[in-house]
Amino acid sequence: MALELPDNVVVTKLDALASWCRKNSLWPMPFATACCGIELMGTGASRHDLARFGAEAMRFSPRQSDLMVVAGRVVMKMLPVLQRIWLQMNEPKWCISMGACASTGGVFDTYAVVQGIDRFMPVDMYVPGCPPRPEQLLQAIIDLQDKIQQGGTLAGREFARAQRSRVLVDLSASGPCGPDERAN
Amino acid sequence: MENEPFVPGLAGKGGHLIALEEVLDALKLQAGVLDMDAFRGQWRVVVDSSQLHATLKRLKEAWQFDMLVDITCVDYLQYQHATDRFGMVYLLACTERNQRLAIRVLLNEPNLVLPTVTDLWAGADWMEREVWDMFGIRFEGHSDLRRILMPEAFAAHPLRKDYPRQGRGERHNFPVVTRDQS
Amino acid sequence: MPLTLLSGQFSQANEREYLWSLNFGPQHPATHTTLRLLLTLDGERVVDAVPDIGYLHSGFEKIGEHLDFNQYVTVTDRMNYVSPMANNVAWHHAVEQLLGIDVPPRCKYLRVIVSELAMIGDHLVAAGAMGLDVGAFTFFLYGFYQREKIYDIFESLCGARFTNSYTRVGGLSQDITPLTIEKIRDFIKGFPAVLRDMENLLTRNRVFIDRTQGVGVLTRDEAINRSVTGPIARASGVTRDLRKDEPYLAYGDLDFKICCSEAGDCYARYLVRMHEMRESLKIVTQAIENLPAGPVNVDGAQRTGLPDKHQVYQTIEGTIEHFELLMSNRGLAAPCDEVYAAVEAPNGELGFYIVGDGTDVAYRARCRPPSFVHFAIFPHLIRGHQISDVVAVLGSLNIIAAELDR
Repeated sequence: MALELPDNVVVTKLDALASWCRKNSLWPMPFATACCGIELMGTGASRHDLARFGAEAMRFSPRQSDLMVVAGRVVMKMLPVLQRIWLQMNEPKWCISMGACASTGGVFDTYAVVQGIDRFMPVDMYVPGCPPRPEQLLQAIIDLQDKIQQGGTLAGREFARAQRSRVLVDLSASGPCGPDERAN
Repeated sequence: MENEPFVPGLAGKGGHLIALEEVLDALKLQAGVLDMDAFRGQWRVVVDSSQLHATLKRLKEAWQFDMLVDITCVDYLQYQHATDRFGMVYLLACTERNQRLAIRVLLNEPNLVLPTVTDLWAGADWMEREVWDMFGIRFEGHSDLRRILMPEAFAAHPLRKDYPRQGRGERHNFPVVTRDQS
Repeated sequence: MPLTLLSGQFSQANEREYLWSLNFGPQHPATHTTLRLLLTLDGERVVDAVPDIGYLHSGFEKIGEHLDFNQYVTVTDRMNYVSPMANNVAWHHAVEQLLGIDVPPRCKYLRVIVSELAMIGDHLVAAGAMGLDVGAFTFFLYGFYQREKIYDIFESLCGARFTNSYTRVGGLSQDITPLTIEKIRDFIKGFPAVLRDMENLLTRNRVFIDRTQGVGVLTRDEAINRSVTGPIARASGVTRDLRKDEPYLAYGDLDFKICCSEAGDCYARYLVRMHEMRESLKIVTQAIENLPAGPVNVDGAQRTGLPDKHQVYQTIEGTIEHFELLMSNRGLAAPCDEVYAAVEAPNGELGFYIVGDGTDVAYRARCRPPSFVHFAIFPHLIRGHQISDVVAVLGSLNIIAAELDR
């Protein structure tokens, strides 16, 4: 059946449309701990202007955002906080590990620094550099947009709520250096 | 200070500039002063731990060393020819005369206890907590001697020389959050 | 842990029941970095605050015992990441003090220039972020745009816009080029007008003044007693500035003023920072126009400074010299002694206490971080104020978590 369509009508899959909407309105949650956070600020500020890629709406509340940018090293005391914030974010969500420290520990191969956050939580995109230049972070966001477009929603975990056993991770059971549980 | 013009370095009554040498000469007569020497123009005075508080108090009140720049500690475990395990360093400064002086105390296990100086300088509070956290030296009389940088449940004192740089595996000891859990 | 309440005000237990506690941070937009505060509140009034730090403790001082004097400079970059150049200068200033090296005049002037540019960049962020916290977003953007210009200068100076690692033992990684001098001159020309704009935006802004004046007052005696240094101490009337008091590098030759205030509140700290930027610009102008000729590194015969890169790549002597200096048993040999040396960093007295043990690696590299000392006074400053003042006071203290926790 041949269908005559006017020029200003586009046919697409609903799935692709949803992905297209999602990728162009990422709301980052800046988890900025150290030096990379300053470059993240630089990326958002006037010269590099993250708004060109639709990701300028930085939200500090995990409930309102869908892209976590972990900028800077994560240390023992901070990791439970990071995990808790990640768990508080709603699907669909993505995570960018910005900089060498967040990805591998970087120069800080010491007792206190977690050697890459991907050991303890999922990561979608790694940005090399110490710290990465704003251009690199922009490239990571563009790449992530591609990934979101390709991924689609059909395999989307956000619809699989029924099967998902909502395992709440017991963050307090984390050994001798676990989270700070002093009852004040 | 209200009416008289401010002249840096004047010690009030005598009206002359107190040189650091005068302070050092006076310190030599003080009980508990074991040694003093200079390196690159910086004077260090080694004090017995029992006389530490008295010496610092005298330096602050009689000689106007009003600012405590830093408290730190050095672990001499692997230092060549070292005789003592820990060396505490109190860096003092006189803001009026613009002089500096370092007071050192040598400590050995098991007596890793020093009197607190928070009663002299309020700024010593966190510095002493950091030394306790990193080296395990207790400060008697400190009102709130908790760990400051490491988690409360941490077992070791990481800046001691017998603690490895990469730790003892504490940094890998966390639960893993997967995609399905979120 | 028992909270120490205001003396006598809440002495009876039943009176304290309506107090509630609020957790502030460690991930909070107004803390900028990773700070945590446990606030005890009476309605909106802060009765007490207990800071909890260590959320960025990464073992800087432990690394300092494993990296040699030239390598560790990369780690100091990441200490106060708002002004890495000042940390580089501070670290090698202390190392050179330990080794007994006197750097050439050109190097001294260049170090002064980069420290002062770092000072301007740091104060721009500090004042900008303080403005941001109390609601002045445009002010922050003005500041950050100028900071990008300083990044540009640093990038053409040493190749990295942000984590510079510019200094070396006995010198610098490379000499300044005419292009960079031109860029600095451009910056000097353009910056005063922007600074005036920024001051017009905020200095007489009614909302800003209402939120900062009289908030978080620190008296002169308290400032000295609590070891406070830098702009915060100067805003409280302490006339201490290491650039004047212990003139290191080339500061003795340069003409500049120390900016002080007697009010000691958040507004005074803002004003001191704004005026210090102007003085720093004055220093940069003098230093760039009077830049002495000559080498930037100490003479190769002293065997302390690394040879010029051009020599390393082009001559066999240069290669051998470079190689030997970096070998662990033939390179630098620090005396078995201890030294403390400090510089006036943007945040205050940034000093290093280095213990040498005959090798080219520090036996102990203690950093005296200004932010650590300044955050300790926070409970003292905030007691009795409103909860909205927390961010104003935090912004005025300019706490950098990486330097706070190291």
